[in-house]
Amino acid sequence: MAIPVFEPWNDPQAKPLIQFRNVTKRFGDFTAIDDLTIDIYEREFFALLGPSGCGKTTMMRMLAGFENPTEGKIFLAGQDIAPVPPNKRAVNMMFQSYALFPHLSVWENIAFGLKREGMPRNEINTRVEEMLRLTRLEKFARRKPHQISGGQRQRVALARSLAKAPKLLLLDEPLGALDRKLREETQFELMDIQEKTGTTFVIVTHDQEEAMTVASRVAVMDNGRVMQVATPADIYEAPNSVYVADFIGDVNLIEGPVTAIGDGTYALNWREGAAPLTAKSQNTFSDGQTAHLAIRPEKVTISAEKPEGVANAVQGKVLDIAYLGNLSTYHVELPTGDIIKAQTANTRRISRRAFTWEDTVWLSWTATGGVLLVD
Amino acid sequence: MKRLSAFNVVSLTLGFAFLYIPMLILILFSFNEGKLVTVWAGFSTKWYGELMQNDAMLQAAWVTIKVAVFSSTIATVLGTMAAYVLVRGGRFMGRTLFSGMIYAPLVMPEVITGLSLLLLFIGIGLDRGVLTIVLAHTTFSMCYVSVVVSSRLATFDHSLEEAALDLGCSPAEAFRLVTLPIIAPAVVSGWLLAFTLSLDDLVIASFNTGPAATTLPIKIFSAVRLGVSPEINALSTIMIGIVTVGVISASLISKQALVKQRREEQEAVRSA
Amino acid sequence: MRRLLLIAIPYVWLAALFLVPFAIVLKISLSDAAIAMPPYMPQFDWTEGIGAFLGELDFENFTFLIEDSLYWKSYLSSLQIATTSMLLTLLVGYPIAYGMARAPEEWRPTLMMLVILPFWTSFLIRVYAWKGILANEGFLNQFLMWTGIVSDPLQILNTTTAVYIGIVYTYLPFMILPIYAALDRMDDSLIEAAEDLGCSRMSAFWLVTVPLSKSGIIAGCFLVFIPAMGEFVIPSLLGGSDTLMIGKVLWEEFFSNRDWPVASAVAVILLMILVVPIVLFQRNQQKEQEADQ
Repeated sequence: MAIPVFEPWNDPQAKPLIQFRNVTKRFGDFTAIDDLTIDIYEREFFALLGPSGCGKTTMMRMLAGFENPTEGKIFLAGQDIAPVPPNKRAVNMMFQSYALFPHLSVWENIAFGLKREGMPRNEINTRVEEMLRLTRLEKFARRKPHQISGGQRQRVALARSLAKAPKLLLLDEPLGALDRKLREETQFELMDIQEKTGTTFVIVTHDQEEAMTVASRVAVMDNGRVMQVATPADIYEAPNSVYVADFIGDVNLIEGPVTAIGDGTYALNWREGAAPLTAKSQNTFSDGQTAHLAIRPEKVTISAEKPEGVANAVQGKVLDIAYLGNLSTYHVELPTGDIIKAQTANTRRISRRAFTWEDTVWLSWTATGGVLLVD
Repeated sequence: MKRLSAFNVVSLTLGFAFLYIPMLILILFSFNEGKLVTVWAGFSTKWYGELMQNDAMLQAAWVTIKVAVFSSTIATVLGTMAAYVLVRGGRFMGRTLFSGMIYAPLVMPEVITGLSLLLLFIGIGLDRGVLTIVLAHTTFSMCYVSVVVSSRLATFDHSLEEAALDLGCSPAEAFRLVTLPIIAPAVVSGWLLAFTLSLDDLVIASFNTGPAATTLPIKIFSAVRLGVSPEINALSTIMIGIVTVGVISASLISKQALVKQRREEQEAVRSA
Repeated sequence: MRRLLLIAIPYVWLAALFLVPFAIVLKISLSDAAIAMPPYMPQFDWTEGIGAFLGELDFENFTFLIEDSLYWKSYLSSLQIATTSMLLTLLVGYPIAYGMARAPEEWRPTLMMLVILPFWTSFLIRVYAWKGILANEGFLNQFLMWTGIVSDPLQILNTTTAVYIGIVYTYLPFMILPIYAALDRMDDSLIEAAEDLGCSRMSAFWLVTVPLSKSGIIAGCFLVFIPAMGEFVIPSLLGGSDTLMIGKVLWEEFFSNRDWPVASAVAVILLMILVVPIVLFQRNQQKEQEADQ
């Protein structure tokens, strides 16, 4: 039985829930969002990822209605939302600080939005109980926000913003205040709740692992622009720019002019006198054009003898070893002075490790192991 | 925590002795049998009895309280509005002038404020009396209220108001349901401050009073100008007593609330 | 619309009852005294037009203030008294604020309350308390004679010394509170870092603590200096006939001489002297507030 794949962004028939059309936002001289166009579909878990100050929070605040675009338009379900004030939008937000009302109990916090809607009392009761069950907070309903732990507060904030069953839920660094272990647990909880409620989630985060874990698609942002929008796997395996390749995870970047050698394969002349590297690429390059070969450390194999029949092999000396427990990263210095990182899984105990400092080793990778990127 | 150095102990002791000994002497001599407030002649409460017989003094006290209640209440409303405008109002025309008008009365010599208000009231033909004192007191105490409230608003997490809007409140509802309950302690202390300032004021009231509205400070001033009198000591003792009870109980209540909150927060972390 | 109303109500109130009165004071300071009610000329009359009205205004009162040495001597002596007592208050207040900030955490709320308590207590009563202490047969002289420091009572009440004591005493909380607030915000490890980098205790105090409490010192000094300049109650209760302070002169000009135009002129000049410190004070407060946000 085939499970239908959820990828509305590949379906030309699908109508996006949110459309940013050439949106620019300026604060005085500062351009926070620069001519941004993006579509987000219903039931998506969409992550806005980028360093602080990249404009991701501004985008979210424009969706919530706390800021309006300087230029361009934002559509929610086909409707321009610029004239709609925040309290009239079918959009709810979970704040980074959680913004729980300190003078109200957990129950009253969750019921707050429902009461404003004028929902009948018994329906409010049912809905609040439902939300408490969903977030496993039944025992804490009568407590005030300062009487519960950080993780519980996070769940109250989530329950409160979901209570009104918004079309779109915005989450501003929702797990930022939690410690690592709790954060990981909560990530899965969030995904679970998103699936159960079928709400569209837009999450803002600067934590790439978090974005990769929870999101159906990730938008990598920098300086008010979207650099790439793709699934987590594509962002990692097929970054479209040096910025994205470098921002997500660890990467070796090797620069040089390329020559086509047929069949979508290119030779990268990375150093005078060194044998050219070969790489397959979807992108086409003209001869002599400068390209960057981006290759992840775990795609580089390290061995004592020169391996046979591989597309690329270089020799070098082990300079440094970063031992991470499950993995080790070797920093290998080539005769040219370049440093290439190679990562191996530590399947053996450390005492039987194959390589140590100053060992001469061979590094190798396949022609499809890396991506060729334009400058 | 490090221990206080000898220098710190000495400066704190001398400092608080300087602040409190004069008031203690004042209180002590209110129980003096004799007419002099400098020579001890035995314990007596007779000056309190005489004070209770002094109708003019009681009348003045009544006027003062009336003025203080009205002016501090209006000042609290206006001052809270002004604080909100200062902290949340964003940019508007004349914002600098506005914040200037909030801060200047705090330090403006009372003789200037008193004189200028008086000339205004005469200029518009308003008879001097309780109303003019209320107007005058409201004007300068609203600035104090606004300073107290705006310092609370400045540390207030703005996203609480945004959350209220996000959950469907109009801006007015967000203020009533979220902002006001949270800043309420600051608003109350603003009111108390305005109330005490009004009770305390001599100069501005002297300029703006009419024959029918003599306040307590005016009465006290004209009495002590001539010299010291144990009856005034008795009155002062009562006033100091009220303030002391008020301030101490307020600080105990807020301390208890804080301790309770800390304990509950710790419990929440432990039980998680 | 709501926002406009919210801004307009306090704005209009302050403009009408704080700003407009100053304009009136200025206008009357340019008028002449008259035996009438209100006792000044000219009265504004629509029928004669603004030109005729302005024509009758002059600087006569200001010329009078300059010619009569009583006035400029009062200004100078007020400046001197306010400056000296501001420095004295700083001298007394800083060690107290410093001691409070160094005190164990659990004492601080109590110490804070002890500073605030006098601040809530009637100003008039606190000044009055010194009358009994400083009198010739008062508590202080009794004490000094008992210890044998002096054989005859010192004349302190009704002198400028008594005014200094009164100002320092009544304005002390205004000095302590902002300095304490600034010191309390300071991170203790800064001092440790300074000592770690080779400062002695004393130089760490001068190089780290004092600069970091600067905004508190500035606020405290303004809070003492500006109102002390126009102080009336203290010089009239504790000062002598030779203690010249402009607040007292203004009061007497108004209530005793009933010369409103001269009283207004006195106020206008006092205000002009105070404009600079008031603006500086306000800048300091705004900077503080923006730093908090």
